[in-house]
Amino acid sequence: MKDDAAQRHILPLNLYLAVGSGLLVLTVITVAVAQMDFGQMNLLIAMGIAVVKATLVAMFFMHLKYDNRIYMLVFVGSLLFLGVFIIFTMFDTLRRGDIYEEIAEPYQKEAVIYRTAETGTASSHAAADSSHNAAETETETSDH
Amino acid sequence: MNQTTAHPAHLQHHFTDAHQQAESAKLGLWIFLLTEVLLFGGLFCFYAIYRSWNPDMFHNAHAFLNVWMGATNTVVLIVSSLTMALAIRSMQLGRRKHTIVFLSGTVFLACVFMVIKYFEYSHKIHLGQLPGKWYFFEGIAGTNPHIFFSAYFLMTGLHGFHVLGGIAVITWLIIKTSRGSFSPEYYTPIEMTGLYWHLVDLIWIFLFPLFYLIG
Repeated sequence: MKDDAAQRHILPLNLYLAVGSGLLVLTVITVAVAQMDFGQMNLLIAMGIAVVKATLVAMFFMHLKYDNRIYMLVFVGSLLFLGVFIIFTMFDTLRRGDIYEEIAEPYQKEAVIYRTAETGTASSHAAADSSHNAAETETETSDH
Repeated sequence: MNQTTAHPAHLQHHFTDAHQQAESAKLGLWIFLLTEVLLFGGLFCFYAIYRSWNPDMFHNAHAFLNVWMGATNTVVLIVSSLTMALAIRSMQLGRRKHTIVFLSGTVFLACVFMVIKYFEYSHKIHLGQLPGKWYFFEGIAGTNPHIFFSAYFLMTGLHGFHVLGGIAVITWLIIKTSRGSFSPEYYTPIEMTGLYWHLVDLIWIFLFPLFYLIG
């Protein structure tokens, strides 16, 4: 029991309150920033703030900063593999057209539930075909 | 040898000491949290694919979510995470009554979260925004707006089930604490539930901007 105090690492009350208020301030900031338009940066800013908040929760509320590093390894490992999963999927979804003839796109442009009673299966097939054509012309223009 | 014959009731005999037992429990729980990250990860990937295909539709559809309800729920979950952390701290200091107060506060805030979620869901169900064949809402420009609501209901729904599970486990912890099952030497179940509860908060921290704050 020599490292009893270290293993229990009782954090000061003020630290918890500071982290909690930091999280609330960041929530206000993320809502306020979302009312403004930064174009492509919107998603990056929102995710950036979320990552900072998540780091605060993990480091202080979940004690990762003070605990055995193996827990950090497990958690960060899971996030790394999640990153590989999503980023490599997005490579395929967004950039397949750069090297192949076809691009990644939904199997059917419009879902079945949007088919109206009058237009049967035939017309929706036509709609799917035209969407294919539209997608192809889109890739052609992006090539030039 | 004395150690093996006389040990505290909470220490199971196959562990060397209480420290090793607590560390083993924590490692197991972190591995469980890893599987939770991957469980939600599939849905985050689904979200990423469809948002990249339909950025405008996602933008149009997200206007039907109430930012203030979402922001209130974010604040409620963050404060509940704080009370959960303080409940563990109180038990570390041996203040059992404070632990019960903080755990009850956590359950109360979790219930507030679910009540707000109920109002949000019932409004959307009323409008006909349930995903799949139950979707009949017209008034969102763009292709396949029901996919936004598929992602919304699946991700916030799975998260909501985690909140409900958290409420059940924390209620059990309140009963155990009031019966005197925990002490500054042994409070592993409270600590493990705390880790789980913080992960639920952490997932909501990402769900909130992804659904309510699409720029």
